[in-house]
Amino acid sequence: MAPVVGVLLFPGTNCEYDSVVAMESLGAEARLVFHTESSLKGFDAIILPGGFAHGDYLRPGAIARFSPIMEAVAAFAADGGPVIGICNGFQVLCEAHLLPGALQKNRGLTFLCQPSALEVVSTRSALTRGATVGQTLAVPINHFSGSYTCDLDTLRQLREQDQIMLRYVDNPNGSIDNIAGICNEAGNVVGLMPHPERASSPLLGSADGLVLLRSILDSVPA
Amino acid sequence: MRYHAKVEVRLRPGIADPEGATIERALPALGFDGIASVRAGRCFNLELDATDLESARSHAAAVADRLLANPVIEESVIEVTEL
Repeated sequence: MAPVVGVLLFPGTNCEYDSVVAMESLGAEARLVFHTESSLKGFDAIILPGGFAHGDYLRPGAIARFSPIMEAVAAFAADGGPVIGICNGFQVLCEAHLLPGALQKNRGLTFLCQPSALEVVSTRSALTRGATVGQTLAVPINHFSGSYTCDLDTLRQLREQDQIMLRYVDNPNGSIDNIAGICNEAGNVVGLMPHPERASSPLLGSADGLVLLRSILDSVPA
Repeated sequence: MRYHAKVEVRLRPGIADPEGATIERALPALGFDGIASVRAGRCFNLELDATDLESARSHAAAVADRLLANPVIEESVIEVTEL
């Protein structure tokens, strides 16, 4: 049976269909899950897609984290299920304390919408297990608040526990340690600012995101 | 009693503040000299009912900690006055 991927939909989310189409292109079944729902029963993996959940009011992710569905996401993550936050979804996971740190406004205060080159740093996460350490991937970014930050103790922990998955080759936004994506200690909850679903076909300019998206499906517990 | 709580949310010391830095760089170009540093923040004005000033303050502090500020990068300062 095809794995079933839940793609969360908050008011203001705008990358949900890109994520659905990209996951379906890999043979998964993908379904939207509205933020007011409270159960994730029947899903094998969860994606929090990009956009501007709740208008990004207050801070990106600050309101979304109180959505009813987020309690189910926390329980799903605690059970070891793969949870992937892309762009705004990464911001939501940080605000929900499912990932450490925070995402600040970009250095230079400009909205960045451009290709970016990513270096795979670790393959022990649900998003990078099919990639190769040192591999470079072309995946676009599209954000205003993508500068990852955390205190130095957290940064040391991220390095020591192999939680930094992806780094920018050429840091576009001022992220600490060139971080583009991280995972939790267990490796099943991951967040990244670049959009792998927008690099899922040569028609889009790059298919390098597929190795990441396929890793999600390969991370579904048997 | 009704109280007014002013909650100022600002970045913790040492956290980079690109907004404040941009304003700081713009000031000399506008002819404002002698401004040594600018840090940006936000201010929220709450009106709330409470039995006394201290409980109004702790209520506002809980709101600030849970929602208005992200403790990873921000801190808050609260001023409460009786209305």
